[in-house]
Amino acid sequence: MFFRMVKGVLFRQKGKMAMIAFTIALGASLATAMLSVMYDVGDKVNQELKTYGANITVVPKEASVVSDLYEVEGASTIPTSYLKEDELGNVKTIFWAFNIVDFAPFVSTEVNIDGRDVTMVGTWFNHHMSLPTGEELDAGVVSMRSWWDVASGRWLDESKDGDAAKIMVGSQLADQLGVHEGDKVSLKGDAKGGSYEVAGVFEAGGDEDSQIYAPLDLVQDISGTDGLISSIEVSAITTPDNELSRQAAKDPSKLTVAQYETWYCTAYVSSICYQLQEVITDSVAKAVRQVAESEGAILDKTQLLMVLITVLALIGSALGISNLITASVMERSQEIGLLKAIGAHDQAISALLLTEIIIVALLGGAIGFGAGYGFAQIIGYSVFNASIALSPMVIPLVVLLVIVVTLAGSIPAIRTVLRLDPAEVLHGR
Amino acid sequence: MALLELKNVYKIYGDLHALDDVNLTVDEGEWVAIMGPSGSGKSTLMNIIGCMDKPTRGQVLLDGKDIANESSRGLTDIRRDKIGLIFQQFHLINYLTALENVMVAQYYHSMPDEKEAMEALKRVGLGDRAKHLPSQLSGGEQQRVCVARALINHPELILADEPTGNLDETNEKIVLDLFRQLHDEGTTLIVVTHDAEVGASAQRVITLEYGKVTSSHGDTSFGKAARKDVV
Ligand SMILES: Nc1ncnc2c1ncn2[C@@H]1O[C@H](COP(=O)(O)OP(=O)(O)OP(=O)(O)O)[C@@H](O)[C@H]1O
Ligand SMILES: [Mg+2]
Repeated sequence: MFFRMVKGVLFRQKGKMAMIAFTIALGASLATAMLSVMYDVGDKVNQELKTYGANITVVPKEASVVSDLYEVEGASTIPTSYLKEDELGNVKTIFWAFNIVDFAPFVSTEVNIDGRDVTMVGTWFNHHMSLPTGEELDAGVVSMRSWWDVASGRWLDESKDGDAAKIMVGSQLADQLGVHEGDKVSLKGDAKGGSYEVAGVFEAGGDEDSQIYAPLDLVQDISGTDGLISSIEVSAITTPDNELSRQAAKDPSKLTVAQYETWYCTAYVSSICYQLQEVITDSVAKAVRQVAESEGAILDKTQLLMVLITVLALIGSALGISNLITASVMERSQEIGLLKAIGAHDQAISALLLTEIIIVALLGGAIGFGAGYGFAQIIGYSVFNASIALSPMVIPLVVLLVIVVTLAGSIPAIRTVLRLDPAEVLHGR
Repeated sequence: MALLELKNVYKIYGDLHALDDVNLTVDEGEWVAIMGPSGSGKSTLMNIIGCMDKPTRGQVLLDGKDIANESSRGLTDIRRDKIGLIFQQFHLINYLTALENVMVAQYYHSMPDEKEAMEALKRVGLGDRAKHLPSQLSGGEQQRVCVARALINHPELILADEPTGNLDETNEKIVLDLFRQLHDEGTTLIVVTHDAEVGASAQRVITLEYGKVTSSHGDTSFGKAARKDVV
């Protein structure tokens, strides 16, 4: 009988119920969209961050001390201390090796072209290496400099014949020298000189535009720094920092054993840095924090904004629902009075009304969820150029919110029911 | 035995005495009509007898139990178990069929029983209208559904406030016939009415004026008739 009554209301009072469902759908769609974006936006921003370069730089300890002392990062591009090239493979042997997406070594030197001093940087472009573990892998700067625009020619590729003796020239320098793809550039370094073919001209939008990039071995030859490198850039997937990781970053030795374990075995930037230092002799690994942190702060603020919008949307729909339900209960006061008169208790009547409303709310919520998911995709494509993944958290959360909001919105209606006096509504005075 | 006994009952709103020292005894199986001008306190009296309201002062004994001491939950239970209500405006639930409207009373009383509800509808001559919504029924038909709903749980007491107030003569006759049947079966009936004919059908007519019982005519001895099998 209970369900016949519920069915009766739902099917024979479609208009009113549709209004309530619609109000709930509005709130639910906004909540779904905001929550989906919120849960996915962290990943999206991380992905974007990763495409904008390495998260971690490894430099020799001395160089790090000097730059810290004088707070002049990279004031001199010509290094005075070095890391060992043969330790590079160790990067892929640390605990979090699988989180290391890519890495590349750098060495820089000054060369002379027609009486002009030019910085020349040696690195890996597409370097194939065999690890002591037997693993094979390709690493290099190509994917870590994805924003470089190789205006003419192409990226160098160590695996190609002849590329070992070719160079890439920054666009500004190429203009000054008047060289193009295929031309030869004569230069002289500390140890050696020669004439090298230009494989490509790139535009980086920074200092690199007036520099020369070449394979690591070639630059080491020219500068006489065989087997030495001045820094390593590592691109890693990391877990967002929290209290523990910040504490550990200051001084891991102050952690308790359990904390240390947790920290070491979590892919925090600080624990990856720490592990890199362990495998590269006399090195300091640092997160490129400035970018990461300000992005993080913006992320936090964006998420806070979304939470606020969601809360406001939910309060709005709770008020809307509350008005609709109260009005509907007032309209049905004779019916409710009658139920009381024939012996229905307050709880029974409240249960009946709440069941009706929850069913309508869940229907509305389901519609709103679908709409909100679509809305999230629109946001995803217009802001991140990617679809928004549906987090498994969102569904139960939206269901919970819909129920809570509906119940909260039903409070005034239920109070009306409790106060309603059957004698007053039944004898039309 | 007296099913209902009112002793010195007052209902006072502000300084208006809607009921003013009412004394009344209704025996089991009796059919009583309550008449009186508008505003004389008839509905007020019915609400109190029907356990939908409490007196300001005085005793209302139903089956020897004073309802003045009951909680509102207790009153609800008494209404459910002992009283059948019939209204001038029918008060059917508009989204339920005639049959379902009868079953609602069963549902809150004990268990809905579709067969029994159907029997009750047949009894009031609406067997072929069971699946109709109230809006698809005439006023007379709606009032008969209301009667079926009132009698479905075999109440000790049926209260009707102006049951024929919205009906034409033909339907008034049908409803009166139903009352007569119920009375013959031993059901106690209290009917508020303006209609002289409805009043005349009762065994006893009580007249209210300004909240006071001013007269009581009729054959009270007949009311001692024992209740026979009901419905
Ligand atoms: N809740 C209330 N508050 C104040 N006064 C009330 C209330 N209920 C009833 N009254 C007053 O009590 C008096 C009796 O009302 P009641 O409804 O019992 O009259 P009635 O005899 O049923 O009249 P009618 O024949 O018009 O239905 C009226 O004067 C009415 O205004
Ligand atoms: Mg009245």
